[in-house]
Amino acid sequence: MATVTRAALQWDYAPAPEARDAASLRSSYDLFIGGEWVAPARRVATINPATEEPLAEVGSASASEVAAAVAAARAAAPGWAALAPLERGKYVFRIARLIQERARELAVVESLDGGKPIRESRDVDVPLAAAHFFSYAGWADKLSYALGGRSFAPRGVVGQIIPWNFPLLMAAWKLAPALACGNTAVLKPAETTPLTALLLASICEEAELPPGVVNVVTGDGAAGAALVRAEVDKVAFTGSTAVGKEIACALAGTDVALTLELGGKSANIVFEDAAIDQAVEGIVDGIFFNQGHVCCAGSRLLVQESVAEEVVRKLWARMERLRVGDPLDKNTDVGAINSAAQLERITSLVAAGSREGAERRSISCALPDAGYWFPPTLFLDVAPAHRIAVEEIFGPVVSVMTFRTPREAIERANNSAYGLAAGVWTNNGAQAFSVARELRAGVVWQNTYNRFDPTAAFGGYKESGFGREGGPAGLLPYVRLTV
Amino acid sequence: MSRVLTPVNRVGVDERAAALGRRSIKTTAKRQGIRLAASMIDLTTLEGADTPGKVRNLCAKAVAPGLGLAPVAAVCVYPALVGVAVEAVTGTGVAVASVATGFPSGQTSLDVKVLETREAVAAGAAEIDMVISRDAYLAGDDARVAREISAVKEACGDAHLKVILETAELPTYAHVRHAAELAIAAGADVIKTSTGKAASGATPGVVLVMLEVVRDHLWRTGRVVGVKAAGGVSTTKAALGLLVLVKETLGDEWLTPSRFRIGASSLLNDLLLQYAKLDGGHYGRAEDFSKE
Repeated sequence: MATVTRAALQWDYAPAPEARDAASLRSSYDLFIGGEWVAPARRVATINPATEEPLAEVGSASASEVAAAVAAARAAAPGWAALAPLERGKYVFRIARLIQERARELAVVESLDGGKPIRESRDVDVPLAAAHFFSYAGWADKLSYALGGRSFAPRGVVGQIIPWNFPLLMAAWKLAPALACGNTAVLKPAETTPLTALLLASICEEAELPPGVVNVVTGDGAAGAALVRAEVDKVAFTGSTAVGKEIACALAGTDVALTLELGGKSANIVFEDAAIDQAVEGIVDGIFFNQGHVCCAGSRLLVQESVAEEVVRKLWARMERLRVGDPLDKNTDVGAINSAAQLERITSLVAAGSREGAERRSISCALPDAGYWFPPTLFLDVAPAHRIAVEEIFGPVVSVMTFRTPREAIERANNSAYGLAAGVWTNNGAQAFSVARELRAGVVWQNTYNRFDPTAAFGGYKESGFGREGGPAGLLPYVRLTV
Repeated sequence: MSRVLTPVNRVGVDERAAALGRRSIKTTAKRQGIRLAASMIDLTTLEGADTPGKVRNLCAKAVAPGLGLAPVAAVCVYPALVGVAVEAVTGTGVAVASVATGFPSGQTSLDVKVLETREAVAAGAAEIDMVISRDAYLAGDDARVAREISAVKEACGDAHLKVILETAELPTYAHVRHAAELAIAAGADVIKTSTGKAASGATPGVVLVMLEVVRDHLWRTGRVVGVKAAGGVSTTKAALGLLVLVKETLGDEWLTPSRFRIGASSLLNDLLLQYAKLDGGHYGRAEDFSKE
């Protein structure tokens, strides 16, 4: 078509920021205890990690404030448990609908407080949070079907401690099954991302949930530790393996039930007969979704040697097109690292990777001056013994390793202290299932990655924790089987 | 020899295409994108009722679309009207493309296909849009499909050959990929989605698969093959969506009419409507612009 030659234009997307006024943040927030907003003794600022600007002041709950929240939940427990299941379900439905009504506000606040791209908070976090409440609302009056017809009672008061990577979604994963089963809850959001949990508290208020059924106490690790040691009947924690172990120690020998959803170093396995371009999309989604701040991130990429060159070339080309920057821009693919502390951890592990001899490649993209940022990165020539192949980085960093046979892929994948998730990419259905059966991981995705659904169980093997969230299995931790 | 298909995952393709379809194209990007899309159009009329008068009107529109937009890339007509079109656009930079080879079904003999191509080229067509024989392809006769493409390519001489896969009539994305590779190997300068006469046309998923094929071919051989999206691309949103697919699959250097084309008849007027809206701040009416 050389007959028509015109100069090629550069075509750049103009900034497309989501309107920030969708979120009307207050300058300060109280603790939500017993249906009241209670002024805390101490407040701290929560910041926007993309700019380091303070967004609002929130409470930093003391042990006595945590105890007050637990007492409020205790007082509300008998009434909530005695409510007709259908009526409990209606409250949970109401929360789900209000999340949908306030979706835009929640998405903007999630991106402001946590640094994740608005594309993800808008299309993934908020809709999935609503979906979890909807799904469990439906279970409220059908629990005996989920529990094989056995008799049961709610646990009572549950203490729930959630991480900073999916603040609203993790609150939904925790609260929805707890409420549906008739428990009352004290939720402790992460120190760096308290705002959407506080908005969720206001949604509970708007839904006219009975006072004390849901309590939200913001604070740091000390507040979480206080909640674990308070008069609760069950603790549910999502976060690091190190903290999970401390909690398990603290509760050992007590009759407080515990579920832990901890770290991961999940293997994403690409066989030579996979649809390569779609596998590359899955690799990108597996490790760069939410800046890699995903417990089930596909951080160990295992590629069959025969296609390794093609996969790496395509992956790199794809990475170079990732748009890193303003989380509120609708065209941003990779946002800000959640906190200075996390950036420090990523930076030091990546330095260790280079030091130990792996070849580092980071895309050259303009990063903002303020805020916390890390460019999407891959490591080649990674040996299974390298720290970057063993330790959870929790950032946009993928370690690429090769394998020769399915047997070797399975061994490599299982050769980890963790066992949260895995991905299998193959066009051969029989191989997909035979490999998946042998992987010691709570979730195995076939020809996809990081796909979440409220009806599917999620949880780990080994140091990735125990107990399941999601689906009927996610109800079990919130009941005591009585007969 | 039995056909070997490279696996293509339909769900993954459609998800990627949908994700790119959610790119937000506003203000300056929209203005520039509309100019760019207009410059890539093969302004097309392929009706039984086409007359010299209609083709001349279409050519006038192609040369001067209005609102200061540059001429489109080409006009695309039936072989019998190539002479009229050539006369109308000579010296303007707009090329004349002709469909050939028993368009749109391709259900005729190779001799007729070659003769039709020769006549169109002799009449001045610089680009030939041929259709593959879907009957042969679906029956597994890849050799015949390739032989016909090669023969038509030879008949083209210096004219560029666009090979229409008619993807709506192919079974899966893996077949789209395979047929595209087959066409490229047989000599296609451009691979094209559709005739515009089938049930569906240039869907984002199909275009993405074809862009990936030409990227892989470029990486493997260094040879540039163009892509033409045709069929059902009638809105500015759809056209900008195609530009996003090209930009994020192949890069900005592919955003040029020598490498990417959009075959369309009614798209140009929607681009003009949207372009006017960027200046005036309000939507105009369809009748604000001449239909051809």
